[in-house]
Amino acid sequence: MNLRKYLKVYKKFLHTSLASELEYKANILVDLITAILSLVGSIFLLSIFFQNSGYIGGWKFEQALIIQAIYTILNGITNTWFNPNLTEIVKHIREGTLDFVLLKPIDSQFFISLKKINPSGFLEIMLGFLLLFFCIRINQINLNLSFLTLSLITISCSICILYSLWFFISTTTIWFVKTWNAIEVLRSFLYIGRFPLSSFSFSLRIFFSVFIPIAFITTIPSEVFLGLSVFWKILLEIIVATIFLINSRKFWIFALKFYSSASS
Amino acid sequence: MISNLINRKIFTLLKVQYSNMLEYRVEIALWAISGIIPFFMLNIWTNNNLNESLNISDTLLSRYFLCAFFVRQFSVVWVVFSFEEDSLMGKVSPYLIQPLNPFFRYFAQHLAEQITRFPFALIIAFFFFIFNPESIWIPNLGILLLSIVSTFLSFLIQFLIQSIVACLCFWTEKASSIERLLFIPTLFLSGLLAPVVSFPAYVKSWIYLTPFPYLIDFPANLLSGNETNISGGLIMQILWIFILFPLFKKIWSEGTKKYTAMGS
Repeated sequence: MNLRKYLKVYKKFLHTSLASELEYKANILVDLITAILSLVGSIFLLSIFFQNSGYIGGWKFEQALIIQAIYTILNGITNTWFNPNLTEIVKHIREGTLDFVLLKPIDSQFFISLKKINPSGFLEIMLGFLLLFFCIRINQINLNLSFLTLSLITISCSICILYSLWFFISTTTIWFVKTWNAIEVLRSFLYIGRFPLSSFSFSLRIFFSVFIPIAFITTIPSEVFLGLSVFWKILLEIIVATIFLINSRKFWIFALKFYSSASS
Repeated sequence: MISNLINRKIFTLLKVQYSNMLEYRVEIALWAISGIIPFFMLNIWTNNNLNESLNISDTLLSRYFLCAFFVRQFSVVWVVFSFEEDSLMGKVSPYLIQPLNPFFRYFAQHLAEQITRFPFALIIAFFFFIFNPESIWIPNLGILLLSIVSTFLSFLIQFLIQSIVACLCFWTEKASSIERLLFIPTLFLSGLLAPVVSFPAYVKSWIYLTPFPYLIDFPANLLSGNETNISGGLIMQILWIFILFPLFKKIWSEGTKKYTAMGS
């Protein structure tokens, strides 16, 4: 496990997958338009909600926009790294090419999680940051060091939780072979991350913070931005993220014991 | 004689595809679950009393979202993804030699999937009624038949649009990104996330000229007993089919002329 070797390998990954993705240049343009439309659409939906009421679950429109911004950034990250790589696991297992991954003198989780990259997701990340800066202005948030560190910590925790959720589901492929649709289920659940958690009913709130911690992913970082966050919530998010990350690793190693290659 | 032959072909196709679909029951169940976003939306609407300004009671709104869920379940189309894969893998060539338009095959695949999906959708509706017992209702037979017809028409419209996009595979190879682009307006404007009556006036003024509200909003309103223009909606659905079908035939005949099998 030396870091320099992994960095070097990752540089190669970047190079090859960018080269192959850039073959479809028109595609990237279409993806850019898709990302813009999707952001416009969700702001439109949000404006319908706020049409006749000033507050949704205690959040003002300008505040709820922060959630949209963070969701867009995280969705961009999902589309850049998680989606292209982790859907590939399904293919590896169906066609038996996971054998080749396991034989390589490199960590298998590292390989299958970072092999590919989809550059059109970058555009979404940038869109998200643009909206976030806009929100910082309209909500008159003053930036200082402690605020920046806290937001950085909570967002990285969100990324870890998100990655672990994706990785968990993709790992189950080893037993079930076809999990495209389980990923669709996860996607549809993640959709509620676009809205403040407090706008849902109590039972759904419990479900989305205990069973699938989607609540942590967007709501807590947004609260940090608004200065509404409480210390124990941030601490909880860090703990949840650590647990998820460690368990996703353990689960992968456990699952590999059951891997029996294709046609055997 | 000819109609008999067509009937037999379609019947055989359906039978084959149905037994094929039955093999992947879990997958289809998961797919049915991934369509529950309308219920989350319902939760936001009722939990924040957003429907008061619309003059729709909680009961009617929950029926609307349940119907939107049902309509969506039976109008999901993925032909472009199947066709893209088949076209990239070169599987389209043998289909083209057969004396049957390959889209019949996909069409039968979709119908068979809907039949397989039906029990799962019923189970989800059953759970919905357990949590919302006050929203149980029995639509009268005429309305039920009409809404089945309009759901099927909505499915046809979406199938034709996607088939047109799928035919672009003959030119670009990656047509699915165009489909993802078209999915965004479908998601936000069809009434899946918010009923079209709640849209602001500047959208309502032109939206009824597009096919979107007829995909989910119209059949869902019809089935749930909300106010809607029945004859107008059905006429618009049929009109869109009459516009799209010749377009599909044209692009199909152009595309097959352009077709060169992969690797040639």
